[in-house]
Amino acid sequence: MTTVDFDPGAAAARATDAILHDTLHGTERGVVVDSPPGAGKSTLVVRAALELADAGRPLMVVAQTNAQVDDLVLRLAEKNPDLPVGRLHSSDSDPYDKALDDLPQVRTSAKAAELNGLPVVLSTAAKWAHVKADEPWRHAIVDEAYQMRSDSLLAVAGLFERALFVGDPGQLDPFAIVGSEQWAGLSYDPSASAVTTLLAHNPGLPQHRLPVSWRLPASAAPLVSDAFYPYTPFRSGTGHGDRRLSFAVPSDGSGPDRVIDEAAESGWGLLELPARHTPRTDPEAVRAVAAVVRRLLDRGGAALSERSDGPAPLTADRIAVGTAHRDQAAAVRTALAELGVADVTVDTANRLQGREYDVTVVLHPLSGRPDATAFHLETGRLCVLASRHRHACIVVCRAGVGDLLDAYPSTEPVQLGTLVKFPDGWEANHAVLAHLTEHKVTWRP
Amino acid sequence: MSLIATLARLEAVSSGRARPAATVRHRHLSTRPLVFVPLTTAGEAGAPLGALVGTDRDAPRLLVVPQPRDRDLRFSFLADLADVVLPYIDSCAGAVEAAERTETDPETGKRVKVEVELCADAPQLIVPSRAGLDLVRLLGRSMRFRRTAEQDPEAPYPAPPRVPLLGRWLTHYGERSRVPGSSLLLALTDVLSRHWATGQSSLEDQHLGALLAWIDPPQGESGAEAARRAELARDAAGQLLCPPAGPATDPAFDNKLLAPAIERYDRARTALAAAEDALTADDRLAALTAAEREIRDLVESRTRPTWDAVWRGLDLLRALPEGAHVEERWTRDRWSFTGHRDRVLAGEPPQPRRDDAVTAANKLATREREQARLEAQEALDDPLVMAGRRLAGEAFAGEVTDVVMAYSEGRRPSPRPLVTVRTDDRPHLAERAKVYRSLGGKPQSAEFVGHEAEGVLVLRVLDKMGRGKEPEPGSVPEKGDRICFTLFEHEQRGGAKLPDPEETPWTHGGPPGEVVQEAADPITEEDVL
Repeated sequence: MTTVDFDPGAAAARATDAILHDTLHGTERGVVVDSPPGAGKSTLVVRAALELADAGRPLMVVAQTNAQVDDLVLRLAEKNPDLPVGRLHSSDSDPYDKALDDLPQVRTSAKAAELNGLPVVLSTAAKWAHVKADEPWRHAIVDEAYQMRSDSLLAVAGLFERALFVGDPGQLDPFAIVGSEQWAGLSYDPSASAVTTLLAHNPGLPQHRLPVSWRLPASAAPLVSDAFYPYTPFRSGTGHGDRRLSFAVPSDGSGPDRVIDEAAESGWGLLELPARHTPRTDPEAVRAVAAVVRRLLDRGGAALSERSDGPAPLTADRIAVGTAHRDQAAAVRTALAELGVADVTVDTANRLQGREYDVTVVLHPLSGRPDATAFHLETGRLCVLASRHRHACIVVCRAGVGDLLDAYPSTEPVQLGTLVKFPDGWEANHAVLAHLTEHKVTWRP
Repeated sequence: MSLIATLARLEAVSSGRARPAATVRHRHLSTRPLVFVPLTTAGEAGAPLGALVGTDRDAPRLLVVPQPRDRDLRFSFLADLADVVLPYIDSCAGAVEAAERTETDPETGKRVKVEVELCADAPQLIVPSRAGLDLVRLLGRSMRFRRTAEQDPEAPYPAPPRVPLLGRWLTHYGERSRVPGSSLLLALTDVLSRHWATGQSSLEDQHLGALLAWIDPPQGESGAEAARRAELARDAAGQLLCPPAGPATDPAFDNKLLAPAIERYDRARTALAAAEDALTADDRLAALTAAEREIRDLVESRTRPTWDAVWRGLDLLRALPEGAHVEERWTRDRWSFTGHRDRVLAGEPPQPRRDDAVTAANKLATREREQARLEAQEALDDPLVMAGRRLAGEAFAGEVTDVVMAYSEGRRPSPRPLVTVRTDDRPHLAERAKVYRSLGGKPQSAEFVGHEAEGVLVLRVLDKMGRGKEPEPGSVPEKGDRICFTLFEHEQRGGAKLPDPEETPWTHGGPPGEVVQEAADPITEEDVL
């Protein structure tokens, strides 16, 4: 599979050039870019924004959350401090990151009219939906377009003439809190993703793909690519040995330490607790997650990567814990606080989307469950949890998930007219589990 | 399933009786609802076999299709149904009260108040189970594009007058029932299982007989036993003692009783058609009438127990006091009813087969807003529902142990008192999370400042304290007060306005084009079996 002459940098540059060419000089109204985890999506968005601004085309940028918008504003400011940028925000309290106030070239306002004439204006889809414009923007960039719902695109699409849609098809699909089966199969199903609707109505739009993940290490890219992107494979930008995770304090032989060593060595670790049906906030599993995090910090980890010459210390802000449910995240936070750990990000898959850490500790969505629902089997959930790390991912799970999967094949009804999504969550779960089993450490706390 | 629902089900199993899941009634119940207990025939989607329908529990109207595959008989069933349902609907369409609505003035484009009519009450339709809702929708779909002889003299199989109109109303009711918290069309099993938790699965709760057995078991019997009997017990002839609430019937009934009766009816009909003189015809007509009578008795025997069960279920629900926000939601149902009445009166065409992009998105947005509103209102109306939210970490109740006055910074300092609350609940509060409490029916918001100790929270009250420097009396909690804050908002913001359908953007296929009246459904071979 490895070809000697594969140059990830060159492959990524070719893809980026083609995307920018279609965006700036193409004839179609839209360009779609699929980006696997950590493939430089934000870098692409920033670069495209700068080039569009250079070309003198008024640009609006649509992102899905305020954090994403603020992040893009900061990146734009970093790349080109001279470019005037508008940050359109809501009228709530604390609508944007206070760091923006320190940037003289960034103008913030809750009214679109006050940002008229700026080369680039950024906001969330929810805020853009309230904007009325007499004249549409020449160009738009829609970020995280696969996480945007079709109805949300409907509300803003009248604001722009042409657009670049960027997103990761493998992450969590948007959802509705009420049933929407009655529109399943319609090309404009309001609960579908914006890209699904866009391509159903405009099948001829150019579609591009970023081929290289700069985040995922060589140990993770093949698994994530095979399990979640079977028909659109990607590679890691780094090779085996380019990144190393080491610990100053040797293992004390406990389960958490052994799984940390396994993960440092191979990129993956599975800490398997005895099989048991538990409530969602399984106290043992939660404590195990917290114990792993505590030991990661205590053992003086150092992460060596292509980013710097020397190893960087593995600090709390470089570690994240991922869960499926919010109450699980809350339970892990409490357990961490009891162990005196602060500043480690603990969140659900939904909120970890787009984030990057050196090491992640994941509470497996199916751990301890008596059943496997569509929610827990959703491909995107596992994909997000398994693709946030630059060095290693440690999964904490009760034994028996393989049997659980076999007992609950996916049984979602097939709707006429809808595209069947690949891969199927059940299959992806099996693929990941099979790989994790090779890095298993069993532990009875 | 939430933790409190799981606990309630476990308690129901151990006590043998359903446990309350609510202390008030969260759905509006009309004083004069129209109950509709339909049956369908096996083998053909939505082919009616018969129904009990009416507003008087002692005098339901029995409608029967003796040969469900006969399209003429089906049409006459639907015409009879229209004769019961439409007068009931009309009885509410007439009584109106004046109301105000904000509309966009077509000339100036400004939002102006206009005086409009709002129906003082709306007709309420009750079906036994969720499958009944689907049948209402299906019947609506099958009728609303029919053409009467008056509308289209060329129509090969003209529908009786008023049948297409019934189809439009049933479509409206079926669609409205998808809006969370609406009460125009209710499935009784859904409403009952909202208010009681049984010791069986939610799938089993869809059996009305079994559900009622858990909620109100006969003297001296446990709910579990009574539910099991309702589900499975059969008489000597192999028939279920408690027939399923339908619309599907029990196969044993179909095979052993219904099929032979229909066959006898068919034979009597063929014989009558072949009669050559008046005397024979008279005899054979009598035989046909007897055969029809037999089917009517069979249909009544299967629908009457369900009919009685529906009214019993309504009695149980009526015993609960109505929740505080139910009236407000019912008013929205009345608006919905009035709106459709006006569209019918204005001669608008029937609802299209498929929603356009903008309509679909608007409907989804409305339903999501109503869902969030319903969840918040149910919790505010009902301490038991709130207890579930508290257990889930989405709300907390406790006692105020300290209030320290503080002010906001800035030119005109406003009160921002710090309130310390001791609580046994464990809310999932993030840093600076907003929390809300109900203050005279309006939400007052506060901000989470931090934990003072285990179970002791400090909040900063943010609003609803008046415009002065000192907060208005009663607007700030006092030491010793018992208060309940939620992490969810109490009121829903309106969503953004979507473009008009004729301005559908290119991403969604562009404007749908000229509105053409939808053609009648084409006649297929299945239609003329």
